[in-house]
Amino acid sequence: MSERPALPPLAPDGAWPDAPADALPAGVVVDRTSSATFGLTPEEFDQVVDHLGRSPVAVEAAMFGALWSEHCGYKNSRPLLRRLPTEGPQVLQGPGENAGVVDVGDGWGVAFKMESHNHPSAVEPVQGAATGVGGILRDIFAMGARPFAVLDALRFGDLATARTRYLLHGVVEGIAGYGNAIGVPTVGGEIAFHPSYQENPLVNVMALGLLRHEELQSGTVGAVGHVLLYVGAKTGRDGLGGAVFASADLSAASDADRPAVQVGDPFLEKLLLEACLEAIQAGMVAGVQDMGAAGLTSSVGEMAHRAGLGVDLDLGRVPRRERGMTPLEVMLSESQERMVLTAVPGREDDLIALLRRWELDAVPIGVVRDHGRFRLFEGDALIADMPVGALNDAPTYVREGREDPAATAARERGLHDLPPPADAGAALPDLLADPTIASKRAVYQRYDHQVMTNTVVLPGAADAAVLRLKGSDRAVAATVDCNARYVGLAPRHGAALAVVEAARNLAAVGATPLGVTDNLNFGNPTVPEVYFQMAEAVEGIREACLALRTPVTGGNVSLYNQYRADDGVRAVLPTPTIGMVGVLPDVGRRATMALVRDDDALLLLGEGVPTLGASSYLARAHGVEAGAPPELDLAAADRLVTTLAGLVQAGRVDTAHDVGDGGIAVALAEMAIAGGRGVDAELGAGPAPSGAVADGVAALFGEAAHLALVAVPEACAATVTAAAAAGGVPCRRVGVVGGDRIALRAGTLALDVALTEAREAFERTITEALA
Amino acid sequence: MPHLAVLRFPGSNCDDDARHALERVTGADVRFVWHADADLGGAGGVLVPGGFSYGDYLRSGALAAQSPVMHAVRAFAERGGPVLGICNGFQVLTEAGMLPGALARNEGLAFVCRTVTVEVQRDDHPLLAGLRRGQRLRLPVAHHDGRYVADDATLDTLETEGRVVLRYLPAPDPDGNPNGAMRDIAGIVGGRGNVLGMMPHPERAAEALLGGEDGVPLLRAFGRAAGVTT
Repeated sequence: MSERPALPPLAPDGAWPDAPADALPAGVVVDRTSSATFGLTPEEFDQVVDHLGRSPVAVEAAMFGALWSEHCGYKNSRPLLRRLPTEGPQVLQGPGENAGVVDVGDGWGVAFKMESHNHPSAVEPVQGAATGVGGILRDIFAMGARPFAVLDALRFGDLATARTRYLLHGVVEGIAGYGNAIGVPTVGGEIAFHPSYQENPLVNVMALGLLRHEELQSGTVGAVGHVLLYVGAKTGRDGLGGAVFASADLSAASDADRPAVQVGDPFLEKLLLEACLEAIQAGMVAGVQDMGAAGLTSSVGEMAHRAGLGVDLDLGRVPRRERGMTPLEVMLSESQERMVLTAVPGREDDLIALLRRWELDAVPIGVVRDHGRFRLFEGDALIADMPVGALNDAPTYVREGREDPAATAARERGLHDLPPPADAGAALPDLLADPTIASKRAVYQRYDHQVMTNTVVLPGAADAAVLRLKGSDRAVAATVDCNARYVGLAPRHGAALAVVEAARNLAAVGATPLGVTDNLNFGNPTVPEVYFQMAEAVEGIREACLALRTPVTGGNVSLYNQYRADDGVRAVLPTPTIGMVGVLPDVGRRATMALVRDDDALLLLGEGVPTLGASSYLARAHGVEAGAPPELDLAAADRLVTTLAGLVQAGRVDTAHDVGDGGIAVALAEMAIAGGRGVDAELGAGPAPSGAVADGVAALFGEAAHLALVAVPEACAATVTAAAAAGGVPCRRVGVVGGDRIALRAGTLALDVALTEAREAFERTITEALA
Repeated sequence: MPHLAVLRFPGSNCDDDARHALERVTGADVRFVWHADADLGGAGGVLVPGGFSYGDYLRSGALAAQSPVMHAVRAFAERGGPVLGICNGFQVLTEAGMLPGALARNEGLAFVCRTVTVEVQRDDHPLLAGLRRGQRLRLPVAHHDGRYVADDATLDTLETEGRVVLRYLPAPDPDGNPNGAMRDIAGIVGGRGNVLGMMPHPERAAEALLGGEDGVPLLRAFGRAAGVTT
C-alpha cells in the first residue's frame, strides 16, 4: 500500500464561505411552468415560493422536489403513519432516525429497519437488490449498531415466465453478492409469487444491528461550529433523481432510466462500516447519517433538521468521480457507500486519520450554523439558500379512499360451488410445489447465512431466524411476513393478519415479540381504491400492534407499484410487509419445526376454525382468489403467542410450527420433511359442511389466524396441554410422529403421501427455477 | 506463552469469527494483525481468515497476497511457523505461492453456503494432530471461488507426497463436493506440513449451539502447533 499524502489542514472557521443574510443565490430562476421538471405540482411550487419569499433557482427547486417526493417526504402516507403505535418500555429509539431500536436485555439493543428497492430492481435486478441491501445496512450502522442479520421479503410474478426467472435470478444474485461480500448473514425471509407483481417485483430488505445502549447514535449535525465530514465513495452521476424515480409511475420508458439505478460496492461499504463503528466506539462522532435517496440533499437536510440548526455546504469540496457535474447533480446524486459524519469538536483530525486508515475519502464539506438555513456555496458564490424546516416538512395529502367493488364481491363470494378435490393425496404435493409455499433452499444456499457465527437456527429450519448474542444467554429472533392475498381481499383484516403471523412465527421459535418495522408497498395513492387499501392496512397494523404490544419503530413506504393491464394501469396486490423482532431469554430453549423424535404426540394449539377463504388451496387448486381471510380474534392471537413462546422458554416444547399458507396439512408436511419423520393425524371433519368443498378440505388445507402445531414426547403431552389451558389456549392431540408417510384424515377425506414424494415436490420448484 | 495472530485485510469478514472460535477452543490470546503491518508481533501461529479481501478485486486473494503482512507470513512459514488459511485465506495462500494450485469459480457458478462432509486423509501432519485418517467431519462451506484446480503433475505430486489432507465426499453425495474441486480436494498442506489451506470453515463448527463441533479438532491442532496449548 502506498503512503497517503499528509492530511490537509481542516478549514479554520473563517475559511468557510459566507454571505449576508439577504444575499440572493446565483443561478437560473425557475417559474411555475417548469414545476413538473422538479417533481413538484404547481401548487407545491407556490408553497416553495412562499417559503423562500421569492422564486427558487433550479437547484433549490430540485432539492425541494426531492425532499418533497413520496420516497423522502411521505407526503401521501404521513397522516396515516401517525396512526401507528410507536411507544413501549422496550423502545430505545422510535421512528425518525435512521432505524428504530429495541432493548433486548443485558445492555444490548437491536436496531432494525426494512426498506424497499422495488423500482430499481424492476429495471436492473442485480444492482437494484444489491444497493437495497447496502442502503439498509448503512441505516443500521448509522445508529452505531453492528449489522448482524439481513432478511428479505421478495415478490415476483408468474414463475413460469422468463421475465420472472430473470428477476428472481438477478435479485438473488444481487442480495448474495452484496451480503456475502460485506459479511452480514442473510438469515431468512419470504418469497411469494403472484401475477400482479409481474412487471413490478417487490424487494424489501430488513436488516438488524446490535449495539450497547450507550453506543446509540443520532443523525444530527450536533452543534454550531461542528464540521461536516463527507466519507466514502466519490460522487458520480449514478442514481440521479432516484428518489423521484422511486416515487413515479414505472413506465415503458423506465428501461431508459437505467442510469437512475445505482451501482453498489460491498467492499467499500465494509470499510465504511468498520471505520464508522470504530470511530463511534472511540468517541469521535457527534452525528452520523447515511446518504440514501436524494443523497447529500436529504442526509444533510435531515441532520440539520433534527438539530434545529442550519448548515453551510461548500460544494467545491465534495469529492467527485466525474468532471463537469452541476451543483444540482452533486446534490441529488445517489452514488452508494457515502456517509456524512460530524466530528466531536477537537477530534476532527483523529477522525479523519482513522477514516483514511480504512482507505476512505474523508473531506470536510461544511459547517453547522445557527441560521436555520441550508445554504450551498460553490467557491465564494452562494448558489442556494433555503429554510431547513420547510425543506423537511413536505406538504401532506389526505386522499379520498373507497373500496374497489370487485374486492368486496370477491371477499363475499360463496365458495359452495367449488368441487372437492378428486384426489386429496395429490392436492398435498401440489400445494407443496406451489412456488410461494415451496422450499427456498436453492435460494438461501446462495446466501452466506452463517458468517458472524451467530446463526443458531438456519434458514428454512423454523418459522423465524434465531441469532445468539455472544457473551449473553439471550438470542434475537426475526421474521418478515405478509400474505398479500388476504390484504387484497380485506385490507384492514389482512394487514392485521400479517402482524399476527409475524408474532406467531416468533412465538414458534420461542421468542417474545418486541417491535415492528413495516414496509408498505402499494400502488398510486391518488387512486381512491389504492388509498383505501393503504388507509385500511395501516389501521389493521395499528390494531394488531396495539393488541400484541409491538410498537412500530420505523419503516418505509413504497408507492406507485403497478403494472399495465388490458384495462389500464393496475396496482400490485397491497403488500404491507411486516418485519418483527423478538427476544429469547435463554438461547438453549428454542424450537424449530423439525420432528426430531418418533412417537411424539402432535398437538394443535389455539382457537379458530380453518377456512378456505382467501386460501392458497383455493388459488392453487381452483385458480380462485376469493372469500374472507381467516377470522381474527386479536385477544386469542395474543394468548397463543404468549403461551407458545412461554412453553418454549420453559423448556417444555422444542418442536413448533405455525399454521399458515396451505393450512394444517402443509404445516405437518413441512415438519415431517424437516425432520425426516412421518406423521399420522386425525384432524376431524372441520367446520360444519356448508358445501362439498368445505367438508374435510378446510380441515386439511384451510388457513387460520391463531393456530400452531407442536410435537412433544407422549409423556409430556398432558403437562403441555394443561399449561396451554392455563394460558387460555385450547390444545388438542391430533396425531403422532413416526414412519415415512404423511397420513392425514379429515371427515370423509383422507390422504396418505410418502415422505419422499412430499419432499421431492417441496424441493423441486425453486431448485428448477434457479438452475 | 505465545499468542495467535489473525490477519485482517480490508474486506476480511471471518476475522472476528476466527478470533472468537480460537479463543474458545484454545483459550489463547488472539490478536489481529493489520494487512499493512510487516511484523507478526511474535505470534506462534497465523490464521488467514475468510472474507473478500480487497473486495476480491482482480482475483480472490490476489491483492491480499501482495500485502506487507504476507511477506512476514511467508518468512514465518519458511521458519516452520504454523499457518492456517481458511476459505479466502486459502485463496490468499495460493495466490502468495505458499500453496500450489488455485481456487477457481465454483462449478455451479453460484455462491454456495451449506454443510459438507469431508474426510480426513492424513493424520501425520502437525496441523491435523488428534484427527484420525478416515475420520469424517461435517463443516460449513461458504464461497463463490472454491473449486480447487491444478495441473495433473501438481495434483499427482500432492497425492504422492500425502499433501491432500481433506477431501470432500464425491459429488453424488448430497453433502459431497460442493464446487467441482479436482479430485474432491477440500484442503492441502504445503511447506513442511506447517501450512494448511482449506475451503470449509472450521471456525463455524466450533460450538454445538451453532450446529456442530467438528471444526474443534482442527483449531485445537493449530493451537497446539502454535505452542499456545499443550
